[in-house]
Amino acid sequence: MTLDAIISQYRDVEGGLIEALHAIDNEYRCIPESALSKLAEAFDVPVAKVYGVATFYAKFKVGERGSNLIRVCESAPCHNAGAALVLAAIESNLGIKAGETTADGRFTLELTECVGCCNESPTITINEVPYTKLTPEKVPELLSKFR
Amino acid sequence: MGFNKEKRIVLRHYGLVNPTSTEDYVNKGGYDALKKAKAMQPMDVVEEVKKSNIRGRGGAGFPTGLKWSFTAKITDADQKYVVCNADEGEPGTYKDRLVMEGVPHQLIEGMAIAGHAIGATKGYIYCRGEYPNSQKALRQAIADAKAKGILGDFDLEVRSGAFAYVCGEETALIESIEGHRGEPRYKPPYPGVAGLWGKPTIVNNVETYANIPAIIENGADWFAGIGAGNYPGTKVFTLSGDVVNKTFVEVPTDVTLREIIFDFGGGIVDGKRFKAVQVGGNSGGIIPEELLDTPIDFDAMSNIGMTLGTGAVFVMDETRDMVDVVKCMMKFFEHESCGKCTPCREGTFRLFKGMCKIANGEANANDLATMETLARVMNKTALCGLGQAAPTPFQTTVRYFAADYQKRL
Repeated sequence: MTLDAIISQYRDVEGGLIEALHAIDNEYRCIPESALSKLAEAFDVPVAKVYGVATFYAKFKVGERGSNLIRVCESAPCHNAGAALVLAAIESNLGIKAGETTADGRFTLELTECVGCCNESPTITINEVPYTKLTPEKVPELLSKFR
Repeated sequence: MGFNKEKRIVLRHYGLVNPTSTEDYVNKGGYDALKKAKAMQPMDVVEEVKKSNIRGRGGAGFPTGLKWSFTAKITDADQKYVVCNADEGEPGTYKDRLVMEGVPHQLIEGMAIAGHAIGATKGYIYCRGEYPNSQKALRQAIADAKAKGILGDFDLEVRSGAFAYVCGEETALIESIEGHRGEPRYKPPYPGVAGLWGKPTIVNNVETYANIPAIIENGADWFAGIGAGNYPGTKVFTLSGDVVNKTFVEVPTDVTLREIIFDFGGGIVDGKRFKAVQVGGNSGGIIPEELLDTPIDFDAMSNIGMTLGTGAVFVMDETRDMVDVVKCMMKFFEHESCGKCTPCREGTFRLFKGMCKIANGEANANDLATMETLARVMNKTALCGLGQAAPTPFQTTVRYFAADYQKRL
């Protein structure tokens, strides 16, 4: 769906700016910069306000992301269960650091806080699906499913 | 081991009803409490909830009936709102997810009863963005209950959070529903008077609403007689960390932490010794074994400088270094501070940098003393609970696990 088509669905919804951002994020996995001025016009607010809202929330990334989004939980229960080792294994497998996207655009790697799977830590999510009780050894096989 | 103190009110239908089937819930007596409440005068429903002495299950422990009464007695509002705080962001907590994905109709029923009690025809569930499955379960359950006419004129909508811990603070949550940055408001006015879009609004936690049908069904006296007198009922706890049984349990509020960790939780993994437990998530205190015989009710916890908070129980064994753990927690707050007030924006940043310095062996006793002063300033001057409570893991570990700090200075 085009940006205009998505935005038009939410322009009359109360508090619809964030709803529209969610819908754009669901479609594009990011908030393309070109969406900011369109949102500002639809909701009759300054572009700065849209930018301020979009960048406040960690779920949204103004700019681009790869086609698969990996988030590594670094909250305390995952931290104690070895999240740093899992992160290192993913970074080494993909050849990027947290916050970066692979050159082929296939993966973006981000850090996140608690995803509510603390009984099965350490946890990562790939495209919002949780993968739990991870070890560095399990990383290559898991990532190969997304290549 | 035989742990026989489990008592289910919130999770009484968990695993026993098909979450996607409204019929299944109705066949188990679901929505009977809503019918009963609707046959009562709204103020009588508020009184019943008041008399049950239920207090908020989200963290602050405010008396629910009293909160409702402030909003119920406002008669000149053209609209009121019932809001559910489902922004379960405290690390180690997954109790609300169990309700939303296991018994979504029970939450919906509790909110519909609240709508009748305070005179609101519109409700919002603000569910954290990390829980797409919970949102899906709720949206489906709401659509089905609406289609079957169960909710009458009560309209309910799910709004998704977007990975911002601060939106668990009720006024930040309201700002977010309105489509703004999730920055807490100055209080007063409180939401009960001027909340969502300036209208009278009650905001309660998922677990609080999930208790309401049983209270209406069985009466206030029944509920008030369960567990600790000052914080009656049950509490759902979620166990994580170095404990054998990493799962959830619902118990009356007069059990102790020791019973939860050792009798139910099965003790420490690999036969190691217990060192510390953090209760209530990242903003909760971290305590040693000597304090484990404290009952888990809100006031008993407050008396030892703890918060019951969300009911997260994060257990750490003898090998865990408190400096390393607290550094991780301070990084969390540095990231999650919304930046609106200076004590929190600068304070969380400085505490994280301070913990890095200690962890690297570059800090001295003066640095630690300065951090303790900063922590007290944050407790007293931060705008909302995030900044006020952010130093708690640091403060409680300096107090109870001083050796972990001393060896790095």
